[in-house]
Amino acid sequence: MSEIHDPHAPQSTSDLTNTGRMDVSAVLEGAEIPEAVSNIVFDLANVQVYYGDFQAVRDVTMQIGRNEITAFIGPSGCGKSTLLRSFNRMNDLIPGARVEGLLAYHGYDIYAPEVDPIEVRRRIGMVFQKPNVFPKSIYENVAYGPKVNGMKVNMDDLVEECLTKAALWDEVKDDLKKSAYALSGGQQQRLVIARCIAVKPEVILMDEPCASLDPIATAKIEDLMKELAKDYTIVIVTHNMQQAARVSERTAFFTADVDAQGVRHGRLVEYGPTRRIFTAPHDPRTEDYISGRFG
Amino acid sequence: MSTALAESAAGGLNPLRQTKPRYGEKVIRGILFAAAAVSIFTTFGIIVSLLVPSLEFFAEIPLTEFLFTTTWTPLFADGQFGVLPLVMGTMVITLIAVAIAIPLGLGSAIYLSEYAKPRARKILKPTLEVLAGIPTVVFGFFALEFITAFVLKPIFPGIQVFNALSAGIVMGIMIIPTIASLSEDAMSAVPSGLRDGAYALGATKRQTALRVIVPAALSGIVAAFVLGISRAIGETMIVTVAAGLQPNMTLNPLEGMQTMTSYIAAAGAGDVATGSIEYKSIFAVGMLLFVITFFMNMISIRLVRKYRQAYQ
Amino acid sequence: MYTSAHDTAPVDLEGTGQPLVDKTFRWILFLCLAVGIVFLIVLLTYVTLKGWPRLTPTLWENMPSLRRPERAGAQSAITGTLWVIAFTALFALPVGFLGAVYMEEYANPTSRFTRFVEINIQNLAAVPSIVYGILGLAIFARALSLGQTVITAGLTLALLVLPVIIVSTREALRAVPQNIRHGSLALGATLWQTTWRQTMPAAIPGMATGTILALSRAIGEAAPLLLLGAVTFISFNPTGPFSAYTTLPIQIFNWTKESREEFQILASATIVLLLVILLAMNAVAILIRNRTQKRW
Repeated sequence: MSEIHDPHAPQSTSDLTNTGRMDVSAVLEGAEIPEAVSNIVFDLANVQVYYGDFQAVRDVTMQIGRNEITAFIGPSGCGKSTLLRSFNRMNDLIPGARVEGLLAYHGYDIYAPEVDPIEVRRRIGMVFQKPNVFPKSIYENVAYGPKVNGMKVNMDDLVEECLTKAALWDEVKDDLKKSAYALSGGQQQRLVIARCIAVKPEVILMDEPCASLDPIATAKIEDLMKELAKDYTIVIVTHNMQQAARVSERTAFFTADVDAQGVRHGRLVEYGPTRRIFTAPHDPRTEDYISGRFG
Repeated sequence: MSTALAESAAGGLNPLRQTKPRYGEKVIRGILFAAAAVSIFTTFGIIVSLLVPSLEFFAEIPLTEFLFTTTWTPLFADGQFGVLPLVMGTMVITLIAVAIAIPLGLGSAIYLSEYAKPRARKILKPTLEVLAGIPTVVFGFFALEFITAFVLKPIFPGIQVFNALSAGIVMGIMIIPTIASLSEDAMSAVPSGLRDGAYALGATKRQTALRVIVPAALSGIVAAFVLGISRAIGETMIVTVAAGLQPNMTLNPLEGMQTMTSYIAAAGAGDVATGSIEYKSIFAVGMLLFVITFFMNMISIRLVRKYRQAYQ
Repeated sequence: MYTSAHDTAPVDLEGTGQPLVDKTFRWILFLCLAVGIVFLIVLLTYVTLKGWPRLTPTLWENMPSLRRPERAGAQSAITGTLWVIAFTALFALPVGFLGAVYMEEYANPTSRFTRFVEINIQNLAAVPSIVYGILGLAIFARALSLGQTVITAGLTLALLVLPVIIVSTREALRAVPQNIRHGSLALGATLWQTTWRQTMPAAIPGMATGTILALSRAIGEAAPLLLLGAVTFISFNPTGPFSAYTTLPIQIFNWTKESREEFQILASATIVLLLVILLAMNAVAILIRNRTQKRW
């Protein structure tokens, strides 16, 4: 597994710096990039997310590992979705939204001035809470991404490949020209996933993807996620603790601080291997949430 | 330290940086902006096309003569340019129109908003919309041929063929949909909680409508009235066809009278030499008309914003 | 979501005494509405009956004539209307659609420019139509030397109906769920790609009904054209954008001014023709609206 360190875990060896990070001095010397570094997909250092003057999320420091499923859990209103959306710069669409601190993708600052958000979103895809298929045919939904990105591929093959990977091919192969709206909710969400992987991203962000689905459709998506994790890095926001426990390797628990005016600001409380979070969390707030005492 | 990581980890340029400058997007944005700006060009064009000849006009004819004298004979050799007869004509006809349109329009609106069952509403509302869609020249024709001949003549035998009353009545009916629909919007925006609360206290529909809904929607309703008046002032075809083209400084609606709009229409359609004082008088009257309706429209827009904000 | 009284009120509300006053009030209100409706019915009946003798093919086969009213027709007005509306659409639709797209998809909703344009459009919608005629006369006919031609009329009417198109297109765009845009952007599409390939196609029904509304308005307009040369006696079909022209409402106006009764009948018949055209257009608009109740 990749060498990801929980900044809130007790420090052990001297290899680690004070913040519990990787020792990068070797890199600075111009040495070969250690395997470990390229296995970190996202590296967050003191990330804050603001909407205008309102601080929605504060002080997030964490790392996301490649080909892992990482879950963000926590009560409503603690900035999980906001943080997720800043990974693929979808927050840019909200006027007044800004990110401070460093949010790096394979070591490169996503919010550097020369960065093209369009390119960011091609590499970092997103599945939304309500399946938002386009009012077009199934085929056109999947083909849309490659087309707008100017990908020169055999479209028929690509569509089939993506629908297969999304475990939807067998159900729709007979009529790809059917409107996407004719599919059930679970099928639509899988179509969204197929559409997402058609542009060959590295990361798939999922914002409560099963929130509007029934348990059977949810189970299908969860199985799909585990398959997809072999090829993609997945970060999922979920309200469903059991789901987080089922699918993810790492879990990040967020909560909201309520300030003097009663305004909620999200913050990261604890982050670590899922097993540990759910069986022996370090922070009492995590423990309270896991055991259902609040949230 | 993390920044150092960022700069040197892969030892090169940020792969997420913009590779192609996306000129297309910039050009498109410029085109779209230009399209939105056309409306500004329109306003600018209206003001300029009115202002320049008007200023030339007022260089020759003093503003006081224009606004305060009562003879309008622009086509005579020694023409007089007192605009009051035109303004008077406009006001008489507008008054008649508004006296009809406001009560009938508001009444229709209250009925549609508070009384009509959904099925009835489905038929009645579109009927008003049909009324709104009839070209004004048709209304003018109807005023001249039917209203004057078959409705008014029996009542007022001495009525002239071209008269203000017929034009005013027809214009009033024409404006009803404007006042009704805007008033109804304002009344529907009143939260149903207010309505239900009144009913719960045992008020009848009449009491609720008059004492709760209308006061609550008042700024929207007044906006509707103001807009209706503005429309009446600016209406051309009905008065040109049915009210005659003689400036007439009178309050008698049984006589014909020329309005600001029908003067512009008559003079503009006729052979008036470009650059002559008669030609410029078209723009001077147009300027006056624009200024009056502009202020009324601004008032109406402000009032609509007030009630929209109040309930949103 | 605002509901009106008939959704929530109990059936009978004659509660606190004075039932007669309440009933009378209700009847007065209904009468207010009835006046407008009766007026409409009388008007439609009158023009149809009066114009009946001339509702024959000669109406569209023949050209107008001042000397032989029994043989006069409105062909030049019909073709003139078609030519003018074609140019109105040619200018107003692209500008209106693209302007609305800018306001709705690209502009910052709180910026001063946006607010200014919005107020501007609201104001333009209420400017008297004859003022647009003055604008067309001064700028298009004279300053740009386009003369009293089809193209001048088209440009002038285009500016007149531009606010209608912009407002209705904006509403149509607003009705498209944000979800769709987000889905497209999240795939790495640019804002224009998203707008052109997803948002606008989804808004087409609303844009179509708005277009029909605007063009109906333009077809019925006479006041601006009075200043743009349409009243001259035209008995030929326009041959191009720089051709002289007349339109149906203007032809109606011209015949109404004539004293001879035959011309009044002709005017009536032409009115019926005009109303039938407008009715057909609005029926199409209603059809489009009902057929495409989107299932977001």
